[in-house]
Amino acid sequence: MSDPPAHRLPDAVPPRDGLAVDAHGLVKHFTTRKQVTKAVDGVDLQIPTGSVFGLLGPNGAGKTTVVRMLATLLRPDAGTARVLGHDVVNDADAVRSAVGLTGQYASVDEDLTGTENLLMLARLYGFRGASARHRVEGLLDAFSLSDAGARQVKTYSGGMRRRIDLAASLVLAPRVLFLDEPTTGLDPRSRNQVWDIVRVLVADGATVLLTTQYLEEADQLADRIAVIDHGKVIAEGTSTELKQSVGQGAVSMRLADASQRPAAASVVEKVIGSEPALATDPYALSARVPEDGADAVARLLPALGEAGIAVPEFTLGQPSLDEVFLTITGKPLPAEDDAEARPVDAQEVS
Amino acid sequence: MTTSADQAEITTTTLRQAVALTERPARPSALAMTFTFGWRALLKIKHVPEQLFDVLVSPVIFTLMFTYLFGGALAGSTSAYIQFLLPGILVQTIVIVTVYTGYTLNTDITKGVFDRFRSLPIWRPAPIVGALLGDTVRYTIASVMTIALGLILGFRPDGGFVGVVLGVLLLLVFAFSLSWIFTILGLLLRTPNAVMGVSMMVLMPLTFASNIFVDPSTMPAALQRFVEINPVTHLVTAVRGLMAGQPDSGEIVWVLVASVVLTGVFGPITMRLYRTRH
Repeated sequence: MSDPPAHRLPDAVPPRDGLAVDAHGLVKHFTTRKQVTKAVDGVDLQIPTGSVFGLLGPNGAGKTTVVRMLATLLRPDAGTARVLGHDVVNDADAVRSAVGLTGQYASVDEDLTGTENLLMLARLYGFRGASARHRVEGLLDAFSLSDAGARQVKTYSGGMRRRIDLAASLVLAPRVLFLDEPTTGLDPRSRNQVWDIVRVLVADGATVLLTTQYLEEADQLADRIAVIDHGKVIAEGTSTELKQSVGQGAVSMRLADASQRPAAASVVEKVIGSEPALATDPYALSARVPEDGADAVARLLPALGEAGIAVPEFTLGQPSLDEVFLTITGKPLPAEDDAEARPVDAQEVS
Repeated sequence: MTTSADQAEITTTTLRQAVALTERPARPSALAMTFTFGWRALLKIKHVPEQLFDVLVSPVIFTLMFTYLFGGALAGSTSAYIQFLLPGILVQTIVIVTVYTGYTLNTDITKGVFDRFRSLPIWRPAPIVGALLGDTVRYTIASVMTIALGLILGFRPDGGFVGVVLGVLLLLVFAFSLSWIFTILGLLLRTPNAVMGVSMMVLMPLTFASNIFVDPSTMPAALQRFVEINPVTHLVTAVRGLMAGQPDSGEIVWVLVASVVLTGVFGPITMRLYRTRH
């Protein structure tokens, strides 16, 4: 990342308040078979220019609906939203010129080739003849799709499809990029590729709004995270802030001698004041650290030593976002394995 | 699937250079955008020609069956009957091909392609108008193939080349206008197959209860009244007249007025649905 940032659009002036996205009280209802669902129920979002913002929540939480409203695909029932200072309802065309969108599923045309898809978009944006071809070839090359450019997109692998879709959303070098579950269903290698692409774009000044149900993704990419459930933002902050809000984390240790585990457990309980959980591994135990327990943790290791208990492995971990979600909502995030089998956010898109 | 493209690494430098843009191109005209979508429709005909052949199977079967099975009984001889039948079969074929407009539109929506279009800073009707223009090429190809089959089987239109071309042009105008009904179905129904099913349920009675296959004068009175108000009947009579070298100006005007009305009513409804669709 040592090369200088590439020159972006000359009119890439950030709005005066420094916010790429500024949404207040967004509401969207859907009526399906006379039943009204509040897909989005009063969402506020402030995303600083040049940052990555993660919208984290389970399937059906309203993430996609938020993105669709910000991308001018859906009209909010209430509330306002501005993207780079442009109102998404009254100034939709200005928003569309500044924003790139990548949907949950590759929204390029499967029947067309990769080149044809990008060429069509380039022409729609106003690139002509040779300049359109030049733009498309550059993007295909950068996304390692040059060899596949002449093939129909339906023959692409999952990772290639996601890359062509990302390339499609970058034809006009958007200053704001909406990525709706960009890595759902991808293998880890392709997922890392997408992450790398996002990091490069952000390093060059783009603002990214990312929805995900993967904790790791939000943790890895996002500067700030909003946890969304049932159409409401239920927590917001940096990944660290969110983790701190549910306590100091947990200590876990592995003993040299399994027979010492009961003794170790009683020392742990005495020092940090919470009851240890005994893992199935007979050498291991762990305990949650209460909110004011940071000092006690520091005393734990010496106390175990005084009791003659050898502790070859000792870790103090922050709580995972899984625990954060569980604490805030009272239910765990859906397992990642389920993600591929689910329908296309059926609850959100009516 | 493992391919060389799958293995390739994405480097930061090429990515930066490819994405960076020093000058924003000027926004193209509405017409240029529409033609770009028309080009897309042509690419789809090129990549998915099966779709065209699927619809051509039934006219071929109908033409062969009616000409050789019933032609002699209905018109005295097969060669006399095909002069009557072919313009009608042509109309039936094209009217049924228009369903694909709704089918394609619905497929785009289901697959998320339309969301991408709607997120672009483009003239709003361009994707739909462009698709309809591209589909006109599809109708032309279907027309040429149906007429070619007719010529092989002994269709000898008295209107000559000019009469046939005028007949096809009138048909294309009507087909373009009729497509707006299917764009509405395409926007309203949930799946492409539902669009297909509903459209066929409408089109089957319209094409059969018409003067495509037989002269309606032997039909029961109630059915005759339906046939007389059936737009397909007017279209068939107009196309038949042009191809036979005896243009019926009343019917031609009827078809043109109907086309204007169809576009004027269903075009704006389509655009409204398109804008407000979630």
